[in-house]
Amino acid sequence: MLEFDDIQHFLIARPPALAARYEFLTFLRPEGGRAWLTGILDKVGNAKAIESTQLDSRWVTVAFTWSGLRAIGLDDTSLATFPEEFRQGMAARADMLGTTGANSPNHWVGGLASPHLHAIVILFARDVAERERCRQQHESYLVQCPGVEVLSSLDLEAIPPYHYAHEHFGYHDRLSQPVIEGTGQAPTPGSGPPIKAGEFFLGYPDEEGPPANLPQPEILSHNGSYLAYLRMEEHVGAFREFLRQHGKTPEEQEWVAAKLMGRWRSGAPLVLSPDRDDPNLGVDSQRNNDFNFAKMDPHGYGCPLGAHIRRMNPRDTAVNMNRRKMIRRGGTYGPILPERAPEDGKERGIAAFIGCASLVRQFEFAMNVWANDPAFHELGNERDPIFGTQDGTFDMTIPKRPIRKKIKGLPAFTTIRGGAYFFLPGIKALRYLASLGDHR
Amino acid sequence: MATQAPARPRENEWTKPAAMAIPKEGYFTLEQGRYGPIYPQTPACYGFSVVGKVKPGKEEAIRAYGKNIEEAVKADPSVLAPLKLHYLRWLLFDVGSGLHFMYQGIFDTDFDKYLEDAVALFVKTGITTVFVNLEGWPDDWKTNVTAVIKFFREHQCPSFLEYGEYPYVTADEVKKALKLKAAFSQMLDLMQ
Repeated sequence: MLEFDDIQHFLIARPPALAARYEFLTFLRPEGGRAWLTGILDKVGNAKAIESTQLDSRWVTVAFTWSGLRAIGLDDTSLATFPEEFRQGMAARADMLGTTGANSPNHWVGGLASPHLHAIVILFARDVAERERCRQQHESYLVQCPGVEVLSSLDLEAIPPYHYAHEHFGYHDRLSQPVIEGTGQAPTPGSGPPIKAGEFFLGYPDEEGPPANLPQPEILSHNGSYLAYLRMEEHVGAFREFLRQHGKTPEEQEWVAAKLMGRWRSGAPLVLSPDRDDPNLGVDSQRNNDFNFAKMDPHGYGCPLGAHIRRMNPRDTAVNMNRRKMIRRGGTYGPILPERAPEDGKERGIAAFIGCASLVRQFEFAMNVWANDPAFHELGNERDPIFGTQDGTFDMTIPKRPIRKKIKGLPAFTTIRGGAYFFLPGIKALRYLASLGDHR
Repeated sequence: MATQAPARPRENEWTKPAAMAIPKEGYFTLEQGRYGPIYPQTPACYGFSVVGKVKPGKEEAIRAYGKNIEEAVKADPSVLAPLKLHYLRWLLFDVGSGLHFMYQGIFDTDFDKYLEDAVALFVKTGITTVFVNLEGWPDDWKTNVTAVIKFFREHQCPSFLEYGEYPYVTADEVKKALKLKAAFSQMLDLMQ
């Protein structure tokens, strides 16, 4: 049974928040970090409390990097029991992840590549005004916590229209999510069976068997998860320009946009609606995820073999898919770029978290083997068109009868401006960390 | 300067047989994968030669797996498909330092990328259990994929020379080409 009152809400449910603020913290002294954590503990949201929550409430999420666990005073023996990739941190693994060139940690902002990045605190809010209140409140609180400083921060807010989740390129988002066994949710058709809790939360059986090799002590790792954070700038002007270059009419441009993603911007999957958009299908969760690739579209005439959604979830064309699921969280940041406005140079994009129980097996596999591997599906010279590291030398093949369309030299529509690996502890684990100095 | 495998194999590499000499470490430049150094693709695609010392008295247990695997593939010819194998060779040898087992495989999947899927397959088909007869095999192999991957990496003996008659061609491409040839032949026959 999932211990909902001990698991932070972050990966289990989404609070009804249209705004958020990420604050990246550094602990100058272990006691300082622990004092800050102690004072914020009762604001941390757990998965049980969020069920009965009113819109006015705030929920705080807290997570730590490996250097952060050390900085707050965790002992060396325990630190050594954390997995290798988490200890190294995302920046050190950039080459393998494919976040190179313009996406390299050398260019990351906000101190995210620095060993001084110790923790993230996420303040969720109903709206931007409420977020401002949270920001001020945390700022005042930090004044009382001399051992803690803000390295950097990021303000997030949903962009209009608000009645559906989407990002700056205009694609409907959050259409395909794993369902965790034990949460009582039913997967939408095509999403596969519920996944064992241990694939996302430490201390539970996963798809392969009982929990094993957990970080020590158990009180620290139980009910925890790992988060891979990515701040991805979206070059909306360049994206729209690309669509105009490759499509003479709005319909053709929508077709190109769809072929890059694997879904029309309405959310309708190409496999089910290859020739024209179907907005009703796009918003119908009983139908919009009910498709596969190997049986329904083996050659990619609907959804190109290298399209984003086909790379991020190869469905029935890959093995062990139940070991490769991840929970996505996050939202948009930056002002919208109105439809006919020229590129204004302001940074906008998405700041996302990928939650899982094993960064190397789940997140890193997806980046290394699916997103950035030119050999994916034996395409030869392609990377994920939206999310992969593009440098103008990679292609995009769109299978088409009679002759396939091959776009050469895809521009970069996104740039990774920062990333990090965090450990998201359970509530008891947070209390354990806060009281580390007490037993000396 | 040592030659290196192309980062993205070009389409006509298969037309000319090629050999590749490989440095002692097994790679030209150290490039980290998720679990350790990446071994480059060669004209003989990818592969490994894992060598381990056989525990005393376990020779027959290991030989018995020859029949096991034969039966498994007869029962389901696609059972080893996820490994994207071209060839497998399992051998036992004693050249004066005790009985050793060598697992040689030539395949189209990168060692670092697909080792977890390979281990999952091995566990499912029982192939992993051949390795319990080798010294150094981790006791907790059923739950500790990292330790299993470490064993394979530590017991891997990289080649220093590989040759391919039709370089970089995958098993899937070979089968596609043969299917196409068979279909074309059939079509020509029908046109008689």
